[in-house]
Amino acid sequence: MKKNQFEKPHDSIKEPLVHIIKREDVPAWEAWGIRIVAVVLGMMVCALFIQGITDLNPFKVFGSMFNGALGSSSRIWQTLKDMALLLCISLGLAPSFKMRFWNVGAEGQILIGGLVSAALMIRFGNSMPSGILLMIMAGVSILAGAIWGLIPAYFKSRYNTNETLFTLMMNYVALQLVEFFVDIWDKKQSHSVGVINSSTKGGWMPYLFKQQFFLMVLIVAVLTIGMYFYLKQSKQGYEIAVVGESENTARYAGINVAKVIRRTVAISAGICGFAGFLEVSSVSHTISSLTAGGRGFTAIIVAWLGKFNPFAMTLISALLTFMSRGANQIASDFNFNKHASSILTGIILFFILGSEFFINYKLVFRKHGKEAA
Amino acid sequence: MNESIAVRMDGITKRFGSVIANDRVSMDIRYSEILSILGENGSGKTTLMNMLAGIYYPDEGFLYVNGKEVTITSPHDAFELGIGMIHQHFKLIDVFTAAENIILGMKGEKRTYNIDEVNQKVKEICDRYGFDIDPKMKVYEMSVAQKQTLEIVKILYRGANILILDEPTAVLTPQETEKLFNILRQMRKDGKAIVLITHKLNEVLELSDRVTILRKGQYITTIPTPVANEQILTEAMVGEKVTLDIERPDPVNPQKRLSVKHLTVVNQERIKALDDVSFDVYSGEILGVAGISGCGQKELLEAIAGLQNIESGGSVEYYDKDGNTKELVGVSPREIRNYGVHLSFVPEDRLGMGLVGSMGMTENMMLKDYDKGRSPFLNRSESSKLADEIKSELDVVTPSIDTPVRKLSGGNVQKVLVGREIAAEPAILMTAYAVRGLDINKSYTIYNLLNEQKKKGVAVIYVGEDLDVLMALSDRILVLCAGHVNGVLDARTASKEEIGLRMTNLVKEEA
Repeated sequence: MKKNQFEKPHDSIKEPLVHIIKREDVPAWEAWGIRIVAVVLGMMVCALFIQGITDLNPFKVFGSMFNGALGSSSRIWQTLKDMALLLCISLGLAPSFKMRFWNVGAEGQILIGGLVSAALMIRFGNSMPSGILLMIMAGVSILAGAIWGLIPAYFKSRYNTNETLFTLMMNYVALQLVEFFVDIWDKKQSHSVGVINSSTKGGWMPYLFKQQFFLMVLIVAVLTIGMYFYLKQSKQGYEIAVVGESENTARYAGINVAKVIRRTVAISAGICGFAGFLEVSSVSHTISSLTAGGRGFTAIIVAWLGKFNPFAMTLISALLTFMSRGANQIASDFNFNKHASSILTGIILFFILGSEFFINYKLVFRKHGKEAA
Repeated sequence: MNESIAVRMDGITKRFGSVIANDRVSMDIRYSEILSILGENGSGKTTLMNMLAGIYYPDEGFLYVNGKEVTITSPHDAFELGIGMIHQHFKLIDVFTAAENIILGMKGEKRTYNIDEVNQKVKEICDRYGFDIDPKMKVYEMSVAQKQTLEIVKILYRGANILILDEPTAVLTPQETEKLFNILRQMRKDGKAIVLITHKLNEVLELSDRVTILRKGQYITTIPTPVANEQILTEAMVGEKVTLDIERPDPVNPQKRLSVKHLTVVNQERIKALDDVSFDVYSGEILGVAGISGCGQKELLEAIAGLQNIESGGSVEYYDKDGNTKELVGVSPREIRNYGVHLSFVPEDRLGMGLVGSMGMTENMMLKDYDKGRSPFLNRSESSKLADEIKSELDVVTPSIDTPVRKLSGGNVQKVLVGREIAAEPAILMTAYAVRGLDINKSYTIYNLLNEQKKKGVAVIYVGEDLDVLMALSDRILVLCAGHVNGVLDARTASKEEIGLRMTNLVKEEA
């Protein structure tokens, strides 16, 4: 090494302090470790926020959060119900996302499923046995959601249109339809349908073990397991994975790509429509433009963070539901502005999403190593 | 002495994740010299030079240009130091003219530029080195060789004194290669430092003054070309003795397997990718397909496999062992398989088409017959058995048969794909660029596999880029030129010059 015959570095040399390197083969325990650290860090920032803005004791606030989500049997059931609804929609999104079909139209699919359920309840609620009516409502809501998804899927497979914009636009169509029918069904000029069949309970999901939501939670649990096997073990799940990875490979393997796209999106949107049925039949017994309530978008986060694995998605939706219910409790306990408690949820979500960066990349600080050789 | 050293690299290390692409490499590049950087695919040649061109930033080590330590963090920094690189994939804008591409991204003193001045300066550079380029021509009208010339002119225009060319001959015909070499010699005379990244031994010996050899990211040695020969270079490159002969058994009892007649394929740009192509394929022989890239090779194989729309009038007839024929045009790939016609197709884009990158070997094994049987669920046991067999028989290096194949090296990916296609016991085996990205030893493994299939009576269609290999391996060579069959030659007697000529110039076929 005759390094000394060369000049010393210029003063003007711009040395990047840090650069980003992609990492591979991150073991699962490390990835989950990073995520847990992120949640803890997020909680700490939340604590600082609470302390700074309100002078409240952060631990008390967290305690109230916990209390709000899991503090009593009825609160636990409320949390379970919210979680089941969110998870059901995420399960619907998972197959289309796995196929790289960006279905952001879950809101519309939920609404349309809910709308047909409500229509059936109003029309047949007092003339048909509730059990049969429930079956028909479930079937028709799945069908309605599937049609809502099939329209963009058809155009995607036939003309290669952009599904993100298309499904998004379908949300607004569904929203307008719901508002239109709400106006028609509204008998008291109150701009709402009110509780449907409140006396006969026709089309209401029955209580099981004296719990309003038991049946719904059970159905979603079964759906979770079913979706896991569908994606992992079935031939159709295999086709979805191949089409998602590369349409050329799928064609090469003899897969009818257009058919797989349509079938998968129909299943996906059908489940979202079914979620609309659950919401109407089991939870609210009414329909309004707020029936979907933004869950169709939150579910996107759940599906992604859970990497389309139904069991991981269960954990994520549990966490998100826990936080949002907890935030509501804080709002009432401490007279918080409701938006302030959403900020807490936002902070934690931000940390969870941000942690994915540290799972996929690492930062390298350049060491100006003396003698590398 | 120091005057002539253009670049010195000292202990340069670059890692990608857990992979070390360059491990403490130290070397010199000199002015008035052509330096070849020789190494197999994956040996880190391109990565090393990319750090000089500002594409990557080294993790460790020092760079000196003209005797001064420098940091290069962007291609702009590289240009300011007079370093220019011509990448394998051209970085040109199709709808711009040559001159517009040349000045693209240059920082001028003024906000406007005078296109006449640019044209004048481009012309000066062209005259000096004998380039043939029209500054007003649009890039999409140019041939591959012209695009490459434009890349070189672009770099010279920016005043580069250190030129790095990454496998420049991969896309050129023998004639165009010779022309490029003359230009490079002219530049050397002009005092420029030229670095040629390559894995072709004959080019190294013909052109360069010194050869620097890399192996698995490490610097091995630098040899002055006059004392080098193919054997020495290969051994330094591979790290062990290798034999460089390809076996070519004579075809035994050839029978017609496939008869292609009047095949025309129109691609998405509405250009005829294949124009009235007719030929026959026989069992027990290897039919080589030669042609500069993008001359219809891909479309030809895909058309036979049922993946292309064929214009009316074309036919592909399959002859089975009993002499029965079946028409394959208009039949889907799955139906072709259900007919009992065994076409095994190794596509040129391995991970984009032949394999699913995120899946393991097991799941890739069932890509073409996953839907066998009535159960709605997958049957993994057979595939995992097959995956195990291929792994042990072909020495696939993978942590497990469930590791995503994307994580395997190019050679192993290729083995997985070829292994699966051969396991289907094909009557016809089609491969496109089967050895692309493979090192010498693994390439020979693939040649041997193809020869074994040939001996079994399989009709093999081999689309290749390396003419030397094509001529050593095939029995007949079909030359494609712009979608036309430009002659079918006997590989045992044809000359390289003749094949090269037919690759570029259409000749009237004598009966």
